[in-house]
Amino acid sequence: MSEFSEDSLDGGAVIRPEPSKNPDAFLQVRGLRVHFPTDDGVVKSVDDLSFSVARGKTLGIVGESGSGKSVTSLSVMGLHKAGTAKITGEILLDGQNLVGMDAEKVRALRGKRMAMIFQDPLSAMHPFYTVGNQIIEAYRVHNKVTKAVARKHAIDMLDKVGIPNPKGRVDDYPHQFSGGMRQRAMIAMALSCDPELLIADEPTTALDVTVQAQILDLIRDLQQEFNSAVIIITHDLGVVAELADDIMVMYAGRAVEYSTAEDIFNSPQHPYTWGLLGSMPRLDRDRTERLLPIPGTPPSLINVPDGCPFNPRCAYANLNGDLSMTVRPEFRDIGGDHHIACHLSAEDRVRIWDTEIRPKL
Amino acid sequence: MSIENGDAVSAQTETEPTESKRTGEALLTVEGLTKHFPIRKGLLQRQVGAVQAVDGLNFDVQKGETLSLVGESGCGKTTTGRLLTRLLEPTAGKIVFDGKDISHLSVGKMRPLRRDIQMIFQDPYSSLNPRHTVGTIVGAPFKLQNVKTEHGTKRAVQDLLALVGLSPEHYNRYPHEFSGGQRQRIGIARTLALRPKLIVADEPVSALDVSIQAQVVNLLEDLQNEFDLTYVMIAHDLSVVRHVSDRVAVMYLGKIMEIADRTALYERPMHPYTVALLSAVPIPDTSRRGNRERIRLQGDVPSPVNPPSGCRFRTRCWKAQEICKVEEPPLAELAPGHRAACHFPENTDKLTIDPTGAAHS
Ligand SMILES: Nc1ncnc2c1ncn2[C@@H]1O[C@H](COP(=O)(O)OP(=O)(O)OP(=O)(O)O)[C@@H](O)[C@H]1O
Ligand SMILES: Nc1ncnc2c1ncn2[C@@H]1O[C@H](COP(=O)(O)OP(=O)(O)O)[C@@H](O)[C@H]1O
Ligand code: SF4
Ligand code: SF4
Ligand SMILES: [Mg+2]
Ligand SMILES: [Mg+2]
Repeated sequence: MSEFSEDSLDGGAVIRPEPSKNPDAFLQVRGLRVHFPTDDGVVKSVDDLSFSVARGKTLGIVGESGSGKSVTSLSVMGLHKAGTAKITGEILLDGQNLVGMDAEKVRALRGKRMAMIFQDPLSAMHPFYTVGNQIIEAYRVHNKVTKAVARKHAIDMLDKVGIPNPKGRVDDYPHQFSGGMRQRAMIAMALSCDPELLIADEPTTALDVTVQAQILDLIRDLQQEFNSAVIIITHDLGVVAELADDIMVMYAGRAVEYSTAEDIFNSPQHPYTWGLLGSMPRLDRDRTERLLPIPGTPPSLINVPDGCPFNPRCAYANLNGDLSMTVRPEFRDIGGDHHIACHLSAEDRVRIWDTEIRPKL
Repeated sequence: MSIENGDAVSAQTETEPTESKRTGEALLTVEGLTKHFPIRKGLLQRQVGAVQAVDGLNFDVQKGETLSLVGESGCGKTTTGRLLTRLLEPTAGKIVFDGKDISHLSVGKMRPLRRDIQMIFQDPYSSLNPRHTVGTIVGAPFKLQNVKTEHGTKRAVQDLLALVGLSPEHYNRYPHEFSGGQRQRIGIARTLALRPKLIVADEPVSALDVSIQAQVVNLLEDLQNEFDLTYVMIAHDLSVVRHVSDRVAVMYLGKIMEIADRTALYERPMHPYTVALLSAVPIPDTSRRGNRERIRLQGDVPSPVNPPSGCRFRTRCWKAQEICKVEEPPLAELAPGHRAACHFPENTDKLTIDPTGAAHS
């Protein structure tokens, strides 16, 4: 499967259960590894990741900066610069493996079969072409229509994403739009061919809450209209709670917890997920006197700690002898399609969540 | 409309009164504070207009309390912070600090006051000189102010590093060797060097990951308690703001729309803009999905070069009437300590003061 599996730190199991019962899911990622060789050593940005998304469903990917979220989405989209990333594993888009596929072939899939919304709209839009022309071009790559028809479509799309006076604004350049409008225009571009898979990588991180709410509504509406598979990547647990059916929590290039959104919020089982929830002040609860931060900082992805990568920051690392320090916990199903990578026993998890974590949130 | 529609806040009343830190003694008083940036054009650099970044603010900050300024991007928060610390010269209005009018003090006359008023900057990456060691950076205020410490500057700096949770061994290291959260701690150590009375913190945690953000929030709280600090916090995350503030001022296009104690503002917001902001905050609770009634603001914030007549919020307000266009609503006290600038405020059924009388008087 991969040239890296020999030197990986896990306990030996190479094939992991895929965290979804749905083998027909539109996107299936299996054992994905993305490693960047650098002068300082190999950066293991994504290290054995598996997930899937069905049509009409939304997967939320949550994690702190540097946990591998963007590298994952760029791998699916085939957007890593040629030669920089070593990608192994499988990325099946409607059954077709994109890993190792000819770059031209992957390019042909972008736009219609899969599209991406980036965190920074300026990086996705060309400054010298009007907003309208960029949408028109994107549309005509996949649709044999006249310029006039494509232009009408571009105006419709701008209208749909809430650009006021779309007929008048279609010939504006990106810099003439405000930040929120640019983000919406980029979404119009990404959605112009009704993509079957939409990846939104921190689509609202740079935006005010009012604009964020508009954008999230938009993604929700368009998904319902086109029954697309959607991946929303964010570090804001509030955003995923609004949109996601399933949530995958990432830490240091790996999945540490994966379940339905309800489970992740109501009965999270992994110490890192507990840490994220405790760190976050919540408007929907009484104000707590004190936040409960996770101590320390995320590890370097060049020197990932032995055993569980979270062990230097985990309050429960010593509950299983030295297991957490020496053996990489396997990503396993703990029942009901809820997966975690942690050595804690079921009794310990239930006890800690009920007595130590939940009462303080 | 009642608060249940605003919904972003817990319905329960907090037990501890948020007024507790109001000592009755104002450390800082601001009257009619205004900053207009001239826009110049042509060879002669003739002034053709002005960005009305801050336009007539009135508020005070009492000793030992935290006042937060919130609002959408571009509403004038940073400009206000820079005026308070006198990094900018006000166009009009008055700033009184500790009984002294500092509105137009020269750089020389300001210098001794720099000990008392410090600023923490938004971006922990660009606010530290990359060529200076941590020791030089944190020790700079002693040097600038010619302050002799009992056991020498090095020892004083190492004590400061320990105080903010860094190690004294970090003394000879450079900023690039630190993570974002650690850099923010270095910045905080520097501001604390001369034991200031007032700290203006511009988005001190916005650039940090949620687990690190919680560490820094707790640190700022501890330091406030230990040294009896007064904070003006600038932020846009309304959940963080509720956690850290005693009082909150909501800004829109250079003006204060509403100012109140934390509990009052979050439980009984009166200005439609505040209600809209709160209802836009995503809530990390999957059971609330779909059944939150929200107010969606349309469009973007108008340009501060040509703000709307009358009420500046009227172009996006769902309650706007003719009077909102012609008459600017005063920032009127609608309940004790609770001021809002609106002709048709919300949540007035819970008031003791007649809002119509007060708002139009
Ligand atoms: N030096 C300047 N010259 C001209 N206009 C300026 C200057 N500094 C700020 N402005 C303008 O003043 C307004 C207020 O800016 P300010 O930086 O205070 O906003 P802010 O509330 O801090 O926003 P953000 O949340 O994005 O940091 C904006 O319209 C900004 O473009
Ligand atoms: N081209 C590259 N070369 C080397 N390292 C990279 C490259 N791109 C990303 N990385 C590293 O991979 C890790 C994950 O990055 P990323 O996926 O962007 O994180 P995030 O979860 O914040 O989106 C980081 O440590 C990052 O520095
Ligand atoms: S495996 Fe050990 S260190 Fe890792 S999360 Fe579980 S208890 Fe903590
Ligand atoms: S004064 Fe009028 S426009 Fe302004 S907030 Fe109140 S109702 Fe809305
Ligand atoms: Mg990213
Ligand atoms: Mg600012």
